[in-house]
Amino acid sequence: PSPPVPSAPLQDIRNTVGNIPMEWYQDFPHIGYNLEGKKIYKPIRNKDELDMFLEKMENPDYWRTVQDKMTGADIKLTDEQVDLVNRLQKGQFGDVHFNPYEPAVDFFTHEVMIHPVTNRPADKRSFIPSLIEKEKVSKLVHAIKMGWIKPRKPKDDTPTYYDLWAHEDPNSILGRHKMHVPAPKMKLPGHEESYNPPPEYLLSEEEKLAWEQQEPAERKLNFVPQQYRCLRAVPAYSRFIHERFERCLDLYLCPRQRKMRVNVDPEDLIPKLPKPRDLQPFPTTQALVYRGHTSLVRCISVSPSGQWLVSGSDDCTVRFWEVSTARCMKTLPVGGVVKSIAWNPNPTVCLVAVCVEQSVLLVNPCLGDKLLYGATDQLLESYVAPEEERVQPVQWVTATMEEHSKGVRLVVQHSKAVKQVTWHGKGDYFASVVSDNSNMQVLIHQTSKRWTQNPFRKSKGLVQCVLFHPLRPYFFVATQRYVRLYNLLKQELTKKLMTNCKWVSSMAIHPGGDNIICGSYDSKLAWFDLDLSTRPYQLLRHHKKALRSVAFHKHYPLFASGSDDGTVIVCHGMVYNDLLQNPLLVPVKVLKGHALTLDLGVLDVLFHPTQPWVFSSGADGTIRLYT
Amino acid sequence: AVTRRLCILKGIYPHEPKHKKKVNKGSTAARTFYLLKDIKFLLHEPIVNKFREYKVFVRKLRKAYGKSEWSTVERLKDNKPTYKLDHIVKERYPTFVDALRDLDDALSMCFLFSTFPRTGKCHVQTIQLCRRLAVEFLNYVIASRSLRKVFLSIKGIYYQAEVLGQPVTWITPYTFAHDHPTDVDYRVMATFTEFYTTLLGFVNFRLYHSLNLVYPPKIDGHADVELKPAEGTEYAMDSESYLEKLSALSASLARVVAPTHEDEVELDEFPVEGETAEQMDARKKEQEALEKHKKLFEGLRFFLNREVPREPLAFIIRCFGGQVSWDKSLCIGATYDVNDPSITHQIVDRPRVEQQVVGRYYLQPQWVFDSVNAKLCLPVADYFPGVLLPPHLSPFVTEQEGDYVPPEKLKLLAMQRGENPDEESEEEDEEEEEEEDDNDKEEEEEEDESEKEEEMKLKKMEEQKTQSNKALPVKVTAGKLRLEDRQRLEQEQQSEEKRLAIMMMKKREKCLYKKIMFGKKRKVREANKLAAKRKAHDTAVKEEKKKSKKARRA
Repeated sequence: PSPPVPSAPLQDIRNTVGNIPMEWYQDFPHIGYNLEGKKIYKPIRNKDELDMFLEKMENPDYWRTVQDKMTGADIKLTDEQVDLVNRLQKGQFGDVHFNPYEPAVDFFTHEVMIHPVTNRPADKRSFIPSLIEKEKVSKLVHAIKMGWIKPRKPKDDTPTYYDLWAHEDPNSILGRHKMHVPAPKMKLPGHEESYNPPPEYLLSEEEKLAWEQQEPAERKLNFVPQQYRCLRAVPAYSRFIHERFERCLDLYLCPRQRKMRVNVDPEDLIPKLPKPRDLQPFPTTQALVYRGHTSLVRCISVSPSGQWLVSGSDDCTVRFWEVSTARCMKTLPVGGVVKSIAWNPNPTVCLVAVCVEQSVLLVNPCLGDKLLYGATDQLLESYVAPEEERVQPVQWVTATMEEHSKGVRLVVQHSKAVKQVTWHGKGDYFASVVSDNSNMQVLIHQTSKRWTQNPFRKSKGLVQCVLFHPLRPYFFVATQRYVRLYNLLKQELTKKLMTNCKWVSSMAIHPGGDNIICGSYDSKLAWFDLDLSTRPYQLLRHHKKALRSVAFHKHYPLFASGSDDGTVIVCHGMVYNDLLQNPLLVPVKVLKGHALTLDLGVLDVLFHPTQPWVFSSGADGTIRLYT
Repeated sequence: AVTRRLCILKGIYPHEPKHKKKVNKGSTAARTFYLLKDIKFLLHEPIVNKFREYKVFVRKLRKAYGKSEWSTVERLKDNKPTYKLDHIVKERYPTFVDALRDLDDALSMCFLFSTFPRTGKCHVQTIQLCRRLAVEFLNYVIASRSLRKVFLSIKGIYYQAEVLGQPVTWITPYTFAHDHPTDVDYRVMATFTEFYTTLLGFVNFRLYHSLNLVYPPKIDGHADVELKPAEGTEYAMDSESYLEKLSALSASLARVVAPTHEDEVELDEFPVEGETAEQMDARKKEQEALEKHKKLFEGLRFFLNREVPREPLAFIIRCFGGQVSWDKSLCIGATYDVNDPSITHQIVDRPRVEQQVVGRYYLQPQWVFDSVNAKLCLPVADYFPGVLLPPHLSPFVTEQEGDYVPPEKLKLLAMQRGENPDEESEEEDEEEEEEEDDNDKEEEEEEDESEKEEEMKLKKMEEQKTQSNKALPVKVTAGKLRLEDRQRLEQEQQSEEKRLAIMMMKKREKCLYKKIMFGKKRKVREANKLAAKRKAHDTAVKEEKKKSKKARRA
């Protein structure tokens, strides 16, 4: 296939590269080599589109001009060549003179002649069945037998869609469907998704910025609301496919779970409690403020008659007040921080136990009935020392004259600092707590015999406070987390109460003796029903900060708790005689008044023995009476 | 991959274990857990074998291609294994209502796939099938007139139809080319679509039969005759033009039983026990309202201009009984021309219209959507071409008490209640506008009265307003002060009681209570925020108007 013979009149440009793809020379300035081995350069083509077009329009021979691939030259086809092309296009022979319809010459006649052209006898194989075919057939037969070849499957001509649910069979509902959790439907769009939302739904600049900075998962809306003036201006949503895809993923990858939507009215959650109004009397308002102490008042105590109040403070004094007038009757400097103070509960004895550093002072306040406090003095003086001196863990010292004139009668000197002192209901025994780690933490003293004993052989942890049972010979000891109840007669551990608190701070017992409350520094108040269980019957978290003290009222069903948050919460705590009925606890009043100083609020609370009044002493150096 | 397909087809989803740590061998890392019985359930699914067969087929085919054994290729292709999902559909949705309930995703997916280009991404057959099914469904909705709500969102157009008492919502994208994201696995979507097309086909079949329509749908005979001369093309059952004609949504469908207009037999009323007369009345009224809603566009003739989206609008208008046509060059199936004098509404979406024909409203497309959602033909004045449109509200929001309700919605609700029929409504609008912004009033007055008078009035009004604004809060407090003492005491007492009661709650309940209250407060806060924004916006608009007015005056 040489290039079509060009009518090259001037020179015979013949390319010698042979029959190769000409695009190999695409990037070269030449297109091949002529007979002498010189490069044939591509003709310069600097016509642009416009020139081409003009030429196309102007040149009458444009249609018959072709480009020679081998030389790159334009060649104008002659008439014969055009004719040839036309004939080839029509599917005719190239040669004009070739006649495809010449008459046929019948060399071999179609009629059967008497003499055969060849007289060869027929092959044997034309008589016997073909072996190859037999082999092929037997192979096919074998394949069919073996099931390798199967007949064509009949075309399935059932319609694609039919009434699938024509027979709704209740039996076909499997167990699966009962536990099937249908996928929740997509959330329906709100106003903000509109193409023309109300203007308030559009995001402001800050909101838009905030939206952009949020994590995509955290965004409340997964799009920015936008406003378009007309429907024509709305563009395609670029995340449409994404959203459908995410929906697909949700459908098959998200764990489904039935979540009970809490469909409760919040008002129903609030327990129905009796109205505080119906539970009166209880203290409601602040009535009196006892001012005088210059530092925090750690402890208060009230006389059994309810006429006098005694308070011990960090300013190293003990003050005696008249309850009804808030008048300070007496000030007793004791030369140390008063940690605890307790008025003898026996109405026939007028004696106050005061903890000052390492000693417990027994003070006769000399207030009230002269006969009464005279009798008390006599009682103390009637002590006759036993013949043989017994070894005691503490020293009982009679007060000096000077002290005696102030009212101090006896000094019980301990080896370590005393934390707390509490009287037995009869008024003869009292217990003191020493801050110590040994078994000497709790000591029980008998005033009339000036006799002290150490009830415990072993220490069970840091004792926080102790308490006598008001009716029975029981003794409560509160360590950090447990309250132990000892039987003093049998000298054994009766019960161990789990408080569920981290650190018990105070404890009080119901006058009935079957219920105790424990306040703790982790702002919990635990109510124990001793008959019920060793765990709290109820754990009240009313205060926001640590509880400092708790108190029961002697007659009324009230108890109070004072806390570091400066409030006293008075609760109604009704204990029924019926054993089956649980105690009813209702908070009735939050009393506020004490100012917070040094992060401390109320340090001690106490009920008046007869009236529904509550005293509280605070870190601000005041004592307040709420009635 | 096979497991994934099976899970998708069979609708198996993971479960959240009760004890995550126990199941996860002590670690708390996020993992998905399937129930063992679910996986076992997948194992004895017959379609697993079909999948295997198909896998083998593909392997054989590849081998035959590699060896250039063309006859084998032919044979294999002839025996290409196929599978059907009918039994899975039936198994997943034992009753028809179940299937209807789950139709939302199926429809959305089919509508999305039907807009895909016919290249790459997924099989052409799938796209065609999706398109066919979607069009069939649209035709069903038209025939049953079950469309209820429509919403133009920035994502697409939402439709909600009530099919046999089940609300079915779907979204269609706007008709633009998709820019296909790269981080989307189309195989997952294709598997879903495979199932959804099967489901939708069966649902369509059933739905058509419930209406006595022929399935696959055929265009009603005489309507077809009407169409023919306009087209000039031959009607062919399987040809593309058939689907196109169908998707033109302009012709009614052939019925198995010739439609009789006495079809609507008066339904016997069965009084439900324990239902009071009031409830009955309410139900009856609701029924009537529904019937009225269905015939919203009855008797109206619409013409769609070329620039408005034809399919959604034609669909909606036909769903509510209107007649619709469009430019012949736009789509097949146009029934009448622009010049038809009987046209009542022409939907236009360009700033202004030259050559307005008298006797018809020129409206923006939003009118159709808003009217459907409002269940009444809204006053047309707000929707003329070139007018700033009123906000388009979502019909899917039902405001509960305490939620923020946009003022437009309030107006609409009032209109629905029929408090202000057409004339009044305009007046009231004016009044409202008077209250809100005095500009419209001004404009009207401008025509009548001289500017001075107007200014005077304006001032007066402003004074009044400021006075009232100033006076109001003071008065309220002054008047209530005495009362409050007692009330406040009472309130205080009550609130204290409540606080005390809250103190006594159990820990868990208290947490719950706090959570609920927090949620409530947040809701209120959000509503307040929206209201404040609206107020700020309104005042800003008003000021701007005033300024422009002053500028014009000067």
